[in-house]
Amino acid sequence: MSETPLTQASAHLRHGANIGQSLTRHEGALKVTGQARYAADHHPAGMLHAVLAVSSIARGRVIALDVAAAKAHPGVVDVMTPAHKPPLAQDPDEKTHPFMFRLDVLQNDRVRYPNQPIAVVIAETLEAATEGAVLLAPRYETEPARTDFPAGAHFTPALVGVADPAEAHHGDVEAGLAGAARRLEAIYETPAQYHNPMEPHGIVAAWEGDTLFIDTPSQGLAMAQARIAGLFGIPPAAVHIRSPYIGGGFGSKGVFSGPQVLGIMAARLVGRPVKLVLRRGQMFGPVGHRAPTRQSFRLGADNAGALTAIGHHTVTASSQHDDFFEPAGGVSHTLYASPAIATTYEAVRLDTGTPLFMRAPGKAAGSIALESAIDEMAHACAMDPLAFRLKNYAEVEPMSGKPFSSKALRACYAQGAERFGWAKRPLAPRQMRDAAGMLVGWGMGTATFPALMFQAQARAVLRADGTGVVETGAQDMGQGAWTALGQIAADSLALDPDRVEFRAGSSDLPDAGIAGGSAHTATAGMAIHGAGADVIARLAELAMGDERSPLHGAGNAGVIARAGRLFRRDDESRSESYVAILARAGIPAIEGHGKSATDPAAQAAYAMHAHGAVFAEVTVDPDLGQLRVTRLVGAFAAGRIINPRMVQSQYYGGMVWGLSFALHEQAVIDPRSGRPMNANLGEYHVPVNADLPSIEAILVEEHDAHVNALGIKGVGEIGITGTAGAIANAVWHATGMRARRFPITLDKLIGPQDN
Amino acid sequence: MSLSLSLTVNGIARTLDLADPRVTLLDLLRDRLHLTGTKKGCDRGQCGACTILLDGRRINSCLALAISHDGADILTIEGVAQGDQLHPVQAAFIAHDGLQCGYCTPGQIMSAIGLLREAQTGDDPERVREAMSGNLCRCGAYAGITAAVLDAQRSMADAGRAHAA
Amino acid sequence: MNRFDYARPATIAEAVALAAEPGATYLAGGTNLLDLMKGDLVRPARLVDVTHIPGLDAIEPLADGGVRIGALVRNADLAHDADFARRFPAIAEALLAGASAQLRNAATAGGNLLQRTRCAYFYDAASACNKRTPGAGCDARGGETRMQAVLGWSEHCIATHPSDFCVPLVAFDAIVEIEGPKGRRECPLEHFHRLPGDTPERESDLAPGEMITAVRLPGAAAQFAGHARYLKVRDRTSYAFAIVSAAAALRLDGETIVEARLALGSVAAKPWRAHAAEALLAGAQANEANFRRAAEAALAEARPAGANGYKIELARRVVRRAFILAHAGTPARIQALPASPFATGALRHV
Repeated sequence: MSETPLTQASAHLRHGANIGQSLTRHEGALKVTGQARYAADHHPAGMLHAVLAVSSIARGRVIALDVAAAKAHPGVVDVMTPAHKPPLAQDPDEKTHPFMFRLDVLQNDRVRYPNQPIAVVIAETLEAATEGAVLLAPRYETEPARTDFPAGAHFTPALVGVADPAEAHHGDVEAGLAGAARRLEAIYETPAQYHNPMEPHGIVAAWEGDTLFIDTPSQGLAMAQARIAGLFGIPPAAVHIRSPYIGGGFGSKGVFSGPQVLGIMAARLVGRPVKLVLRRGQMFGPVGHRAPTRQSFRLGADNAGALTAIGHHTVTASSQHDDFFEPAGGVSHTLYASPAIATTYEAVRLDTGTPLFMRAPGKAAGSIALESAIDEMAHACAMDPLAFRLKNYAEVEPMSGKPFSSKALRACYAQGAERFGWAKRPLAPRQMRDAAGMLVGWGMGTATFPALMFQAQARAVLRADGTGVVETGAQDMGQGAWTALGQIAADSLALDPDRVEFRAGSSDLPDAGIAGGSAHTATAGMAIHGAGADVIARLAELAMGDERSPLHGAGNAGVIARAGRLFRRDDESRSESYVAILARAGIPAIEGHGKSATDPAAQAAYAMHAHGAVFAEVTVDPDLGQLRVTRLVGAFAAGRIINPRMVQSQYYGGMVWGLSFALHEQAVIDPRSGRPMNANLGEYHVPVNADLPSIEAILVEEHDAHVNALGIKGVGEIGITGTAGAIANAVWHATGMRARRFPITLDKLIGPQDN
Repeated sequence: MSLSLSLTVNGIARTLDLADPRVTLLDLLRDRLHLTGTKKGCDRGQCGACTILLDGRRINSCLALAISHDGADILTIEGVAQGDQLHPVQAAFIAHDGLQCGYCTPGQIMSAIGLLREAQTGDDPERVREAMSGNLCRCGAYAGITAAVLDAQRSMADAGRAHAA
Repeated sequence: MNRFDYARPATIAEAVALAAEPGATYLAGGTNLLDLMKGDLVRPARLVDVTHIPGLDAIEPLADGGVRIGALVRNADLAHDADFARRFPAIAEALLAGASAQLRNAATAGGNLLQRTRCAYFYDAASACNKRTPGAGCDARGGETRMQAVLGWSEHCIATHPSDFCVPLVAFDAIVEIEGPKGRRECPLEHFHRLPGDTPERESDLAPGEMITAVRLPGAAAQFAGHARYLKVRDRTSYAFAIVSAAAALRLDGETIVEARLALGSVAAKPWRAHAAEALLAGAQANEANFRRAAEAALAEARPAGANGYKIELARRVVRRAFILAHAGTPARIQALPASPFATGALRHV
């Protein structure tokens, strides 16, 4: 049952019984039966298969392609090359806003990174297209690849991340260090990582005249629609993208990629529908990655263990041709109280695809380094890592001085530590063994992620039969948008979920903003909330203005909506059903609209972040160095929880990513060719089931009156932060060995080598 | 050259003419039979998304040449439920939220069904985790997956006992 | 993948005749071959599909207490054969430590012997590789070498053989049965795989057109059943190739070692039998000091092929640990995480 108290202000806080319920995944049955149709599952009549040929060099030019050999292969229909392709209305190297990235769509023969598309083979079958791409046998004019930090000249980027300053100061770090009783200087390195959602990027594109129908995964439908419209010179309304199920995105499907554009171009070229799906190895180039970082920390602390300075300098890398600089310093702005904080950046340009936001951009890489440094400093101060963190607890956001809109981090520390049994941890490393004689270590990390909001719109309709339809082009990549937004939608109309049809996943619907930044539930949710409230307000007006309604004249007392009826607030014996109100008015439906956006006043007044504490146990073989994370406990506070089941899964997923960051993931780049040598899922390791025997996530209660009217913060990315550092710190606690280059692989732990 | 191929897919006998011997079972299912529940994640046997049961055993269909399996009996995710009645493994995946994006899910479920048929793990979660390690889940739903497999095993055993009694 | 001619012989003789064609390749489980074909690393003109030949998938006990494993026996079937696992537990453990359940259901015994290296440069069609193109050079030299060989490598090739199964097989004197254009013959597994020298493209003793029909284990191998282990160190808890592995087995008289067997995996282009270490242990006491000496002996000739010197020390420790585990006794049942350091029970020495 749902209840909706109403006032004149549609943004007034209200929520019904659906929000907060642990409903199972809305589309679960479709997904477990194989009926959920992902992009590449579509097969329109007459469809051809397109396969990319990609560059094997990092830098240079394509000087020859054996197009004739490819075309001679039975089944090959056409080969799209820089010399043979449909025109674009816009230069793919043009950038008109910060979310627009340069694309490689055969605009010339230039190669600027390995695995860059250099041709597209279109054939009757996938087998023929695949072999056709091989038969192109490209020849190159190769220039030396620039692959590592020393190879390029360092420079200071103008901005990092989407729009963060590359330099930020609070207080005097040099003075803080000079006056410190203890100082720590340490450099931490994180490697290039690739998103690798299980679903490779793919597209099925079909033109009908100048109207385009696309099945493709997108975390940002409206942005993708605008990008495509611009490139092909057609109105956005002529671009119809369906993306109801995204097989994982993690940021890589946040901006429309070159290969997806190539699928549309291929369909244009041959005048038939085309399916183009990246091979796994082709995911290591044109669809983004997390850039490597080298982070130098300078920490100072006084005799009591209070930080006196945090200096956090990040060196990172973008591509030669575009800008995305991993904003690793951001975590140092918010996590620990210090009278002096400075974050600075340098960057180099490498011959890689352009980096992109990857789950917890900046925060993940920054967190593992900061949490390691904090742990090292706690040890230097002979303090328990939790006690040290509490000693340096930030009551206000250290960098800005703003109060937090809410911050239940102390409760996270307490509940997580209690659940984990942290109090029994010996201070010194290498003190614990299990029954088999394995080294055991415990470590912790603080988790944090900003509570963001973007812009979105939604539409709600209440129909004469008392059912509702709520629409917004939201994107579900596994985070549970269908479920959680459906719950918000039902509450917005004060109806049970089975009375409300929630529509999402299409560019034909109102813009729901990007599914990223852990902001989708808040952003799309607030638009839905507004749309439903708009409907109810119109309905209430209708009823209260009608002499025949029991609600007539409710006036300032107002009405509340609950389970398909409006009730007079001051006398609940007077009520009327939606159906009755609409029937009497003779109106087939009432439509309402909602919008959401950040509240600049609240932004100016408050620092808004979700927080958490993660505790890790690792077991390390003392001789062989092989290690296993035997236990993870996270406690997170992220405002109102719409669906605890979905949220727990999001935390788990983030924590598994944290494990992956600490121990597994890295692109191995050949220093001569620049090629990623492990561009596959056998050797680009992500955790398998056996890597994680025990995981728990505690949902810590937190109420936030400022982030948005629903009180929602994000949950999708915070789990990585904290976790990665907690595991690194546990490895140190187990072994006494501090790994500062991630991932921590066993060769770094086997100790002195005799050879 | 056209090659004739007979298969039983989800209980239905099919005879196909393959114009191309290169077709894998995965691409045969997806592109020729339009059974797209079986997913392609890596096409190299490194992720498990394409897991099907071949003559009752779980395999990576991406590394199986279709023509080599003439006469085989194939079960895919589309053939697991009985009408609207979900298989206990499917129901348990929903109950334990052993999925997020859902892309690896058909492979996970077919692998779990194969695992239960193999009957090597018992109710030892560690053995289940090891036996499910051929199925990557990038969303990190492993805890729910393991719980779902154990739960389904229990419910199937209970149902079996009830049936016997 | 190139187009190829597909042939499905019904008999071994027919298969051998079909495979006489230049460019012909045998297809069994396909778990490695198809991957190589998809990567454009192997382009066979003809696939001779041996999977429909009857009689090649039997596990037959032999009169001497040994066993004959048909070339088409699937890895999972062999590992889960109760009698086989009881008498050759280290081999079952190695099988179950390899790949994934799905792959083990498809991969065959014969195919396992013939699997190609996982060297990233071999697998990268754009890299120079003397295995793929004799004389092209070896881009692995001077490249990423973390996983590469430390024993028996040459300037021409530093790749390793990735098999788990072959490691205990070579320790237990397995024999490979072969049929070919010139008839039937046998080859000890120890001599089946070749070190690279200056012909890294020649990976095995098989002549063109020859096929493996079976792998045979002598009865003597079963005498180690009480003290036989496989240990595999890897970057993930499961579903990862070995960095270093070892099969270690002991025949004991009280605490005296009557006979020891040792082979290492992922350290060389072949499963590496360590005879010197075995000789050192014969007649010695089963204790850590002697296992340490054996480990030293096993790696005496090792040298880094780049930034992989850590593998030498790691291999010594793996050998030592594998013997400690073998000495402690084969567990009644293969542990939950086969061949993993995390499933080995109490360490008596750390």
